[in-house]
Amino acid sequence: MPQGDYIELHRKRHGYRPDFFERKRKKDAREVHKRSAFAQKALGIKGKMFAKKRYAEKATMKKTLAMHSERTNRHKIDQVEEGAVPAYLLDREETSRAKVLSNTIKQKRKEKAGKWEVPLPKVRPIAQDEMFRVIRSGKRKTKQWKRMVTKATFVGAGFTRKPPKYERFIRPMGLRFTKAHVTHPELKCTFNLEMIGVKKNPNGPMYTSLGVITKGTVIEQVNVSELGLVTPAGKVVWGKYAQVTNNPENDGCINAVLLV
Amino acid sequence: MASLIGSSSPVNNIISVLADPEGRPLGSQLDLPQNAGPRELQTLINTLLHNEESLPYAFYIKDEELIGHLGAHLLEKKVSVEQVLQIVYQPQAVFKIRPVSRCSATIAGHSEAVLAVAFSPDSSCLASGSGDTTVRFWDLNTQTPLFTCTGHKSWVLCISWSPDGRQLVSGSKDGVIQIWDPVGGKAIGNPLIGHKKWITALAWEPAHLQAPCRRFASSSKDGDIRIWDVVTRKCVICLSGHTLAVTSIKWGGEGLIYSSSQDCTIKVWETTQGKLVRELKGHGHWVNTLALSTEYVLRTGPYDHTGTKYTSDEEIKKAALKRYNDSKRDFPERLVSGSDDFTMFLWEPASSKHPKARMTGHQQLVNHVYFSPDGRWVASASFDKSVKLWNGHTGEFVATFRGHVGPVYQISWSADSRLLLSGSKDSTLKVWDIRNRKLREDLPGHADEVFAVDWSPDGEKVASGGRDRVLKLWMS
Repeated sequence: MPQGDYIELHRKRHGYRPDFFERKRKKDAREVHKRSAFAQKALGIKGKMFAKKRYAEKATMKKTLAMHSERTNRHKIDQVEEGAVPAYLLDREETSRAKVLSNTIKQKRKEKAGKWEVPLPKVRPIAQDEMFRVIRSGKRKTKQWKRMVTKATFVGAGFTRKPPKYERFIRPMGLRFTKAHVTHPELKCTFNLEMIGVKKNPNGPMYTSLGVITKGTVIEQVNVSELGLVTPAGKVVWGKYAQVTNNPENDGCINAVLLV
Repeated sequence: MASLIGSSSPVNNIISVLADPEGRPLGSQLDLPQNAGPRELQTLINTLLHNEESLPYAFYIKDEELIGHLGAHLLEKKVSVEQVLQIVYQPQAVFKIRPVSRCSATIAGHSEAVLAVAFSPDSSCLASGSGDTTVRFWDLNTQTPLFTCTGHKSWVLCISWSPDGRQLVSGSKDGVIQIWDPVGGKAIGNPLIGHKKWITALAWEPAHLQAPCRRFASSSKDGDIRIWDVVTRKCVICLSGHTLAVTSIKWGGEGLIYSSSQDCTIKVWETTQGKLVRELKGHGHWVNTLALSTEYVLRTGPYDHTGTKYTSDEEIKKAALKRYNDSKRDFPERLVSGSDDFTMFLWEPASSKHPKARMTGHQQLVNHVYFSPDGRWVASASFDKSVKLWNGHTGEFVATFRGHVGPVYQISWSADSRLLLSGSKDSTLKVWDIRNRKLREDLPGHADEVFAVDWSPDGEKVASGGRDRVLKLWMS
């Protein structure tokens, strides 16, 4: 085992031996012959190991050579741009476009199963205690059958309240929403669209029917015509689903991603 | 006279005069009974014109087609009979093409958007150019791919069949033009290089001017128009004069080249020496597209609806000349240009540099205009989602076809001028009936924008291609 870097130290103090470079050149020149002799002689596992090591060395060497010669090499340009457009559209500005809806039949089938490929596949389960607050009623405030929804809700335009005496669920006016900010994932732009209804709340059918909007809820949007979506039959798409991506009760607004 | 008034009113005759679409009267004034209908008028006009066999005609009173009895029509449309009634007669195609109604094949093959489709003049072959840099020929009988022609290095933007159907030229986005042989599916010679930017349009010399088609013109984004010789594979003439991109080019039947450009002008060139004949000014923005009244007959060359095959070049030239003269009759060649300023102009470039009519009404840029094969109508496709129909002789507005929900990109006429096809960004094709000005067929099926449509000259098939990379064939 070498004790310290005495060779380097000596070289620093006195310089290289006068014949150092000559010896080094000769040694390097002999190296290939030595290696070749070994490669021819080595048998069994030693030969295999050597061949493998040499193969890896050669591969890296070729790669480095190719890398160095990259600048001087002549390259064939064979990459064709994507997104071909005809000549009459070449000078036009890039307009935002949305792909036509994929197969309607497939979509219908998905709808039937109540399953969508959604951006948020899993949601945090929300317990009843969190969702509702108990409201005490009665003259002595002893009755505890009234509930107030503590999350954002969607209440349809045609909704009429029941008489307060019989109203079990209260949906506060301050947490009612009619519009949502919907992002189109391909266009990467956001529109403020009106809601039609709550399609599905993953926490349960009761919340769906109540119109509770929590993170992960699938809502139905209206008037997506400004997004330029077209059905395969060539009609403008009117309603479209979107999934809520934020916690509306905390943020005071609804952000959603369009399900394409 | 008193007895005439005393008798029942339907006996009253109407003094009228028959006139051709340009308004020139045929013969003297006629005393027509009120119960005369199109059929009676047709016999009358066939005798007046000394036609050997009875040809079909349609009759128009103030741009309204006469369908029932004359008297009933006048009552219904409230046309005055105080003056001499002018009845315009229009010859109809002797054959009838049925509207396409179903998709007969969806052929996948291209790996990028289909940018151009074109039937050969004799309707025997179909070619398409695509963003995957290939030109493909399709077998129409089996509806399968026939040849895949590789050679271009960039998107194939436009393709054009020679009028005799023996060659196809294609232009690509890197400015290279290639000539293809539709029989073997091989390139003829090396690519033609000269343009510095992408090719916007291609136009062949009409078959009645030169029988084995030799010359064609190409226009490019770089503002040049080049005339190429197929045999020597050289650029014969380079017409430079436009200061901005040339958008469209047409080779007229009189041997003139018409070119529209983004520098708001249309230029008329003479083709032997490449001299500028006329400059048509009037548009306030880019000129996008041109249409010639004889365009359809020049495109199909010698081939008509009967499906005659020609062998020798002389025959082709003679047949093409006959068809050209038949379709042109004694009207001068008319040109319609559509522009980004939402208007169109009707020109008669042979006689004047001033427009004959200005056609306004579109609310967005006009992307494509097309004369009907008989030259009577002009259809225009616009980004305002509508297709408009105009009178091809006077430039008057006739009708609007609404129904598309996206910009209309391309239109195509059926050979009998009775139906119009439009392809749109909303992924549908629509067939419009010219006679009752209504939607005839709605053809959904494409999964994305439709970039190119073409109706085969024999009327049997329609081909369309678009962003969804498939080629669709439609049949009646």
